[in-house]
Amino acid sequence: MTLRLEGISKYVEGEMHIDRVDMACEPGQATVLLGLTQAGKTTLMRLMAGLDRPSSGRILMDDRDVTRVPVRKRKVAMVYQQFINYPSLSIYDNIASPLKLARISKVEIDRRVRAEAERMQIGHLLDRLPAELSGGQQQRTAMARALVRDAQLLLLDEPLINLDYKLREQLREDLQQIFRERDTVIVYATTEPLEALTLGGSTAVMHEGRLVQHGPTPEVYHRPASVAVSQVFSDPPMNLFAGELDNGELSLGAEARFKAPTHLRDLPSGRYRFGVRPGQMHLDNRDQARMALTGEVEVAEIAGSETYIHVRHGEAAWVVQVEGVHAFGLGDPITVYIDPDRLFAFDSAGRLVAAPASARPDAT
Amino acid sequence: MAKIELRNLAHSYGGNPSGPQDYALRRMDHVWEDGGAYALLGPSGCGKTTLLNIISGLVQPSEGEVVFDGQQVNTLPTERRNVAQVFQFPVLYDTMSVYDNLAFPLRNRGVSEDRIRERVEEIAAMLDLGDVLKRRAVNLGADAKQKISVGRGLVRSDVAAVLFDEPLTVIDPHLKWRLRRKLKEIHERLQLTLVYVTHDQTEALTFADRIVVMSEGEVVQLGTPQELFERPAHTFVGYFIGSPGMNFLDCGLDGDAAVVDGHRIPLSEEVLEAARQAEGRLEIGIRPEFLELTEDSGGVPAEVEFVEDRGTHRLIKTRVGDNELFVKLRDDQPLPAERARLRFPPEWTLLYANSRLVR
Amino acid sequence: MEKTYYPKAWLMVLPVVAIVSFSAIVPLMTVINYSVQDIFGPENRYFVGMEWFREILGDPEIRGAFQRQFLFSFAVLAIEIPLGIAIALCMPRKGPWVSVVLILLALPLLVPWNVVGTIWQMFARPDIGLLGIGINGLGIDYNFTGNSIDAWVTVLAMDVWHWTSLAVLLCYAGLQAIPDAYYQAARIDGASRWAVFRYIELPKMRGVLMIAILLRFMDSFKIFAEPFVLTGGGPGDSTTFLSQYLTTMAVGQFDLGPAAAFSIIYFLVILLVSYVFYQVINNLGKGVS
Repeated sequence: MTLRLEGISKYVEGEMHIDRVDMACEPGQATVLLGLTQAGKTTLMRLMAGLDRPSSGRILMDDRDVTRVPVRKRKVAMVYQQFINYPSLSIYDNIASPLKLARISKVEIDRRVRAEAERMQIGHLLDRLPAELSGGQQQRTAMARALVRDAQLLLLDEPLINLDYKLREQLREDLQQIFRERDTVIVYATTEPLEALTLGGSTAVMHEGRLVQHGPTPEVYHRPASVAVSQVFSDPPMNLFAGELDNGELSLGAEARFKAPTHLRDLPSGRYRFGVRPGQMHLDNRDQARMALTGEVEVAEIAGSETYIHVRHGEAAWVVQVEGVHAFGLGDPITVYIDPDRLFAFDSAGRLVAAPASARPDAT
Repeated sequence: MAKIELRNLAHSYGGNPSGPQDYALRRMDHVWEDGGAYALLGPSGCGKTTLLNIISGLVQPSEGEVVFDGQQVNTLPTERRNVAQVFQFPVLYDTMSVYDNLAFPLRNRGVSEDRIRERVEEIAAMLDLGDVLKRRAVNLGADAKQKISVGRGLVRSDVAAVLFDEPLTVIDPHLKWRLRRKLKEIHERLQLTLVYVTHDQTEALTFADRIVVMSEGEVVQLGTPQELFERPAHTFVGYFIGSPGMNFLDCGLDGDAAVVDGHRIPLSEEVLEAARQAEGRLEIGIRPEFLELTEDSGGVPAEVEFVEDRGTHRLIKTRVGDNELFVKLRDDQPLPAERARLRFPPEWTLLYANSRLVR
Repeated sequence: MEKTYYPKAWLMVLPVVAIVSFSAIVPLMTVINYSVQDIFGPENRYFVGMEWFREILGDPEIRGAFQRQFLFSFAVLAIEIPLGIAIALCMPRKGPWVSVVLILLALPLLVPWNVVGTIWQMFARPDIGLLGIGINGLGIDYNFTGNSIDAWVTVLAMDVWHWTSLAVLLCYAGLQAIPDAYYQAARIDGASRWAVFRYIELPKMRGVLMIAILLRFMDSFKIFAEPFVLTGGGPGDSTTFLSQYLTTMAVGQFDLGPAAAFSIIYFLVILLVSYVFYQVINNLGKGVS
């Protein structure tokens, strides 16, 4: 089973929603559609499902053209942001509902419902009604219903967005396992880079209706093809600096000048946009090998175990992500440090021309 | 401005509570300082909304006293408590302009139009609403609407406390930090007592000087963000703050070390001192950020279950006996093999007895 | 939101299209056809152009009927809508009384039109009716069969009795939909009861009020059975409303041409006034700053 999109476009009343998307999704791993809200993720999923018909292009399932096959005749299951269950049916009947429609024997239904419920860790809740469960359990029910029917294509549209972060953490971890065991094409839409990273598989970055990069997740993360990808696939977005390379000397803004690091040395002299992830900006100058930038603190957001410091420097604004809890007053002066080794370089058209050597896609 | 005291406060909705399980809010005794920014943090159903409603006057506590600046206000209705409240969804008067929305609480109290203009313009400038004063409030974006809701609380000069009930729910994630900044700025300028209810740790830790962490109707810790992160007073705080939360391992004590699955984990002097009184179920707690991989043979052997690349760091799930342990590793640190040894730095290794920090 | 594409959907809609065209479009075409002809019999008809329209618009009796009709409909709105809002505001928001009150309110709506007429016919009779005797007992001379003002007031009272519940139920639904946070915020802002009504409840009820006003206008403008049973249109023609006039013309006198022209004018007036109401109420919500 492979899902293949060929030159898919979607126009609504002359307005472009999806522009010439070519992609292939393989089973056994999740394909993550990553993009900001309104990037076209949901529209693309509806096209994949057959809920809408593309304005042009073809959709192939295992080389069979299904572009004109209505959704009921494709084996598609979908999970939404909202926890959609039948409110008057028990959890058992909720999960069993797609199987009952498919006229499968009672014994077989029972076996599959219980197996699926166990896997989603809601086996002990089968007699309850959806309203009696927590949000996380309700979403597990909706997922179990989608998974129970052996769909060829499973689409999940930001399924964790309405859960609070502790439940999200737990479910995210379980999902990797669940996805790995399936012979189903799984497409998972999200706005959150962390979800793409944890689900592994491949990541397709959407931006303004276009597919801007698609590849194995670590590769996309470590070598974002353009400024747009660097913004979408980084939370908070990658910090950008206007800068210059001049005969082996690197300058950022007016103040920071440094010897160009190895990975930038072969680039021709000229103006570039340099990017660095918030987690690669520091408050200490380890080994005196970092470039210093000064600014003032706009606000420090504390996310439990990390602090996100919003820094303003004239017109420019950056976010620095540091481990632990750090208190800052509004408007405090601050000096932050960048490892020149960790800089991404983009040309004037926004294309990646150099990525940090240390950022190789070596992780599992 | 007000100091808020909760004296022996408890609440049960049913009446005739027969045990702790019948309380929506278990007995607490707190003093919230005048001009402080407080957050009530906890998962849904932990009692934080009940506590907020008791402070605002929508719910009368079944036991104990609520005291504003030395005056008991238990039976005082909301409108006479001089509190302002911002709700989860923006509450606006649809037919009014932004100006009239902001002026509404003052007009109801018979303030002169000149004085109203002065206050409204001052508050609007503070909230960056100066340009839209003449527009109709319904036509603005969610963040502007929520700022108007905040503004209606701030225009009154007699406000003792401003209460926030998950006010950023409807705000676009990318804009949230701006509003967080705005709220902090207002707090610095006006030195009002602010109480902020949320289930989101970032919201609470960013906004408040002091956080009240609640679980099952009980206040499990009241502390600064740093205290919650570094010295969680309760295993729930360790779990709830940080992602992933703190690692906990069942342990025994032997001399100067905790014993987990037959391995000795040395504890600090301070913990050992306090541990003499500890009884009940013992656990050691350590944050994934503080666990270290080591080559040293004294480290606790652990199996590596999987490694997750989270971009700027890696999350390693390890197993020691029956315990799962997360280790956070910077992305420039070398990856462990299938088996690794863990070092528990004594200064970050805490001891819990019956879920409470031993100290 | 985009719609799901499903090619067979058209087939599903076809029966409805067919029925609607037979039940509405064909008769309407017939009426338009009749309105420009003088008809003596099935084979005996002449084209007369706009003649009937001119005659209807110029007829002082019909003009009188239109005036009466407008007066009646506006009186109905002026009483039933404010009364409906007032009753809805007084109703309990939760608890066991809610269902009791709702059932009581719904009762008049369940009574058929002509039965309402019959009930009031007896109720208001000055000789044996409770209301009639009661009013006369207060020293007021009241006789709806003889005095045209009395007849008018009786028809109005009957309509109010019959239909105010509808306005109440709609307003009540509108009030129930207002989130609690609004009332809490208003209390905190120190708003008076009137301010809560003026700035929260009334704006939030705009949608349902529009439905109530349109429904009551259209229905009262077409009122037929109740006054027909109660007063038969009299005394004189004081309670002869448009639909009764039209029926007399079409069925009684078999003046099909003029009746058709009348029908079209009648229909257009309802359409126009409803449109004006719709626009005005809609703009009340948006326009002013």
